[in-house]
Amino acid sequence: MDFLRPARWEEALAAKAEHPAAVPIAGGTDVMVEINFDHRRPSHLLDLTRVTELYTWQDAGDRVRLGAAVPYARVIERLAGELPGLALAARTVGSPQIRNRGSVGGNLGAASPAGDSHPALLAAGAEVEAESVRGTRLIPVEEFYTGVKRNALAPDELIRAVHVRKATGPQQFSKVGTRNAMVIAVCAFALALHPDTRTVRTGIGSAAPTPVRARTAEDFLNAALAEARCWDTGAPVPPAVAAEFARLASAACRPIDDVRGSAAYRRHAVGVMARRTLAWAWEQHTTGEGTARCA
Amino acid sequence: MRPTRTDLTQQSTRGGIGASTLRPDGGLKVTGEFAYASDLWHEDMLWGHTLRSPHAHARIVSLDTAEALATPGVHAVLTHADLPAATRYGLEVQDAPVLADGVVRHHGEPVALVAADHPETARRAAAKIKAVYEQLPVVTDEKSATAPGAPLLHPARADKHAPHVPHPNVVHCQPVVRGDVEAARARAHAVVTGDYEVGMQDQAFLGPESGLAVPAEDGGVDLYIATQWLHADLRQIAPVLGLPEDKVRMTLSGVGGAFGGREDLSMQAHACLLALRTGRPVKMVYNRFESFFGHVHRHPARLHYEHGADRDGGLLFVRCRIVLDGGAYTSSSPSVVGNAASLAVGPYACDNVDVEALALYTNNPPCGAMRGFGAVQACFAYEAQMDRLAAELGLDPVEFRRRNAVSQGSVMPTGQVIDAPAPVAELLRRVKALPLPPERQWETAGGSADLRALPGGVSNTSHGEGVVRGVGYAVGIKNVGFSEGFDDYSTARVRLESVAGEPVATVRTAMAEVGQGGVTVHAQIARTELGVAEVTLQPADTRMGSAGSTSASRQTYVTGGAIKAACEAVRERVLELGRAKFGTYHPAWATAELLLEGGKIVTDGGEVLAGLADVLDGEEPVEAERVWRHRPTEPFDLRSGQGQGHVQYSFAAHRAVVEVDTELGLVKVVELACAQDVGKALNPLSVVGQIHGATTQGLGLAVMEEIAVDPATGLVRNPSFTDYLIPTVLDTPAMPVDILELADAHAPYGLRGVGEAPTLSATPAVVAAVRQATGLPLRRVPLRPEHLTGTDVPA
Repeated sequence: MDFLRPARWEEALAAKAEHPAAVPIAGGTDVMVEINFDHRRPSHLLDLTRVTELYTWQDAGDRVRLGAAVPYARVIERLAGELPGLALAARTVGSPQIRNRGSVGGNLGAASPAGDSHPALLAAGAEVEAESVRGTRLIPVEEFYTGVKRNALAPDELIRAVHVRKATGPQQFSKVGTRNAMVIAVCAFALALHPDTRTVRTGIGSAAPTPVRARTAEDFLNAALAEARCWDTGAPVPPAVAAEFARLASAACRPIDDVRGSAAYRRHAVGVMARRTLAWAWEQHTTGEGTARCA
Repeated sequence: MRPTRTDLTQQSTRGGIGASTLRPDGGLKVTGEFAYASDLWHEDMLWGHTLRSPHAHARIVSLDTAEALATPGVHAVLTHADLPAATRYGLEVQDAPVLADGVVRHHGEPVALVAADHPETARRAAAKIKAVYEQLPVVTDEKSATAPGAPLLHPARADKHAPHVPHPNVVHCQPVVRGDVEAARARAHAVVTGDYEVGMQDQAFLGPESGLAVPAEDGGVDLYIATQWLHADLRQIAPVLGLPEDKVRMTLSGVGGAFGGREDLSMQAHACLLALRTGRPVKMVYNRFESFFGHVHRHPARLHYEHGADRDGGLLFVRCRIVLDGGAYTSSSPSVVGNAASLAVGPYACDNVDVEALALYTNNPPCGAMRGFGAVQACFAYEAQMDRLAAELGLDPVEFRRRNAVSQGSVMPTGQVIDAPAPVAELLRRVKALPLPPERQWETAGGSADLRALPGGVSNTSHGEGVVRGVGYAVGIKNVGFSEGFDDYSTARVRLESVAGEPVATVRTAMAEVGQGGVTVHAQIARTELGVAEVTLQPADTRMGSAGSTSASRQTYVTGGAIKAACEAVRERVLELGRAKFGTYHPAWATAELLLEGGKIVTDGGEVLAGLADVLDGEEPVEAERVWRHRPTEPFDLRSGQGQGHVQYSFAAHRAVVEVDTELGLVKVVELACAQDVGKALNPLSVVGQIHGATTQGLGLAVMEEIAVDPATGLVRNPSFTDYLIPTVLDTPAMPVDILELADAHAPYGLRGVGEAPTLSATPAVVAAVRQATGLPLRRVPLRPEHLTGTDVPA
């Protein structure tokens, strides 16, 4: 196995073009586990830790351009204001050590349906900045996940950053695991209110072959909130609307039975999380107050 | 200045028994500097690797090692055909192949060994061994194991249990029968019947199996190893190597936890075989994945219970059948069966009992010793039954238990009279009397929710929605020491000498320190008995006589007893020396009872006769070795289960307080309060540590810890810490501990083995609390969110 250590982004792109099978590595929280267990034996490892720009983020108007290697710990500490949903999700990732090394870019590269970032990115609205020696493209995150642990990157492309829409309203993230910390998601649900467009977006994790939005549930809720003039009045979401939203979120799941949980449980739990996160977000929206704290 | 009596007493108790002296290895372990067996290193050493079976039951059609052996860097490849001497080993029955002998009987069974100059080379070479298997049908439960025509795991078995078992796939079967259950049932006012199931728990010790074998010039081998009992390993390894025991010299290395999982051999014989074959030191270290295949687990169990009581809440009868899954090889299954059978009724007086416990041979992973050893499974079931029976009678569950609790003088179902304190009712009273933690602790002053106090934790699943509190109680009974007639002894050598004018004691045993704290209490015993401040514990190795196993809550009792006895012998000799040297100076030498305290020889009246150093100066070190046994036990009768089978009983009670997210099925254990009788707390801090550890391990079984085995294939589905979950600090509740010290007159200092009893009661207490919160019957552990939300996979 060859170990490539580009010092600059352009060198990284050139290396990836020359060795399309090279596996990029930054925090190593996924890749090293696979290598240590011999599940993966790439011909080349492409170490990105010297490309310091990947560890930075920029304010880009209505978005945050988040470098691919920014660790979760930075997202929690520094970006909870602009990206509250992603910060909540980052808080549930592994242990403090993992959060110090793992990154959203890595989560996207691995494209595991259980990755904690994905539901939050889907709900907030995000685009993946993919680049190769051929050029740069922005891939809407909905289109980025193409299958279990597969993504839309071309063999010569690397993730440089992810552009996440700044929150214009409350965002929530909820994850079920079978222990109270340091656990891989049995399933997860993210919800973001976008008062600017009077829409609600969602993301479901670990309950389908890829992370998905519950689009039917979103459409129903957006229409129902408009019809009930909730955005205008700030009235609570009618219970029947919340219940139907939860039911449709459940129906958006295509889960499997595995050692972490049953398909039936995942469907059920996504419905419960959909109802609860909607209630929390809507309450925050109408009262301007949060309902939980972590530390 | 002449010290006063008070000074002496203070000095003598400093660091002696009853003091919370700190672990000598504590700082090193906390800072990461402690050398575990996985840190062993030797110049020029090779790395061993094990090829394991990918199938649960298969015939090995062919095994071609040529390509592996031809790999550069590879020094040896061994299969069954290369074994030099005995090919099987085992703790109780020698039925486990050193390397598979044409058939593999469980997933992960060792098939071949590789030694190479780099661990990665060894691993890659192992992958080049061409093993061709023909899969065989698997048996994975009682039904498939005893079905007509079921494949027999050991068709030619000739062990001592073979003649009395109902089926060749039953390892051992132990009834316990007393009174007349049918007659009692006829007059019962309330009867409850239930089926229960306990999943396969793993010891999940943090330091994986590891050791270093160094070939010696005399043709023998030196093995540095993390284990629980050096001499039991030696007894099994030497025949495999074809060497006399004195040519296999074993030294204990740093052990990172055990909990029963190091009682059976793992890589010991393998590393020695590779070292002797290559003439080079060989190190073997399992990774976490391999560790799940490298040691036995806790027996999963299915239990059927029927309890009956009279109108006044008196327990009339208990009938039960306990089926333990022993997996492919015997390990310690027979002893686990004996425990499950003899402790099946729990700490309750009951005159009419009909118990049957048995263990199966299946193609599941082998199961053997784990903290609680057969008593854990039974306790989960009988405590659930006691709650249901109380509810049936309209009685408070604690009051119902107290009414039926055993006490000193009670007769166990085996006929054994409990001849030491058995404060079961008092333990229950104490945990119940503790103040309950405040309700809704997640609510903060600002009106928001503190996620850390809620089920789901920072995963943000509830801010209080759906959360219901439950409180549950349980109590358990565990035997201490090896039972059923086992010759359970320990050996200790103690030396006392003057070093630079100070008396110094040296204690030597072959006790395996696995984290339990023997290194603390054994030095404390020497301080108390010899009145010295300086005590050195020597490393454990097989040049010393056996200390017995570090298991069954026995090392403080048995090796502690041996050290105490050796100290007493040393003390007698020191007093003789003193009399010879100074006897003429003071009449008390001849007339008073003399003690060693604070580095002095004093009379029982407190008068100092001489400094220990003065007595020892110019003399040879005073040394004594003693072999010490607890009082004997006897086997249980094979038909009636009657017999004086156990040495000592220990008891612990728990109260669990849980918050359950009833919609998502997530559990937060808020508090697990424990009351335990420890006879005498030799080191109160260590006692609390043992109780906290055991309680947490019981909590793990209640809500998360299970090795998932596919019933269709016998394959392990979650051999990693990603999917085999153990409690984190956020899962670990407040654990108030109330310690009782009612002396057992038969034990050194009156002590009672501590480390296991709380593992029993923690699990059923948590589940009882979850039952109260949810109203669900919950007959299986570990609980899963599916069980609490009706979303389980249909069976």
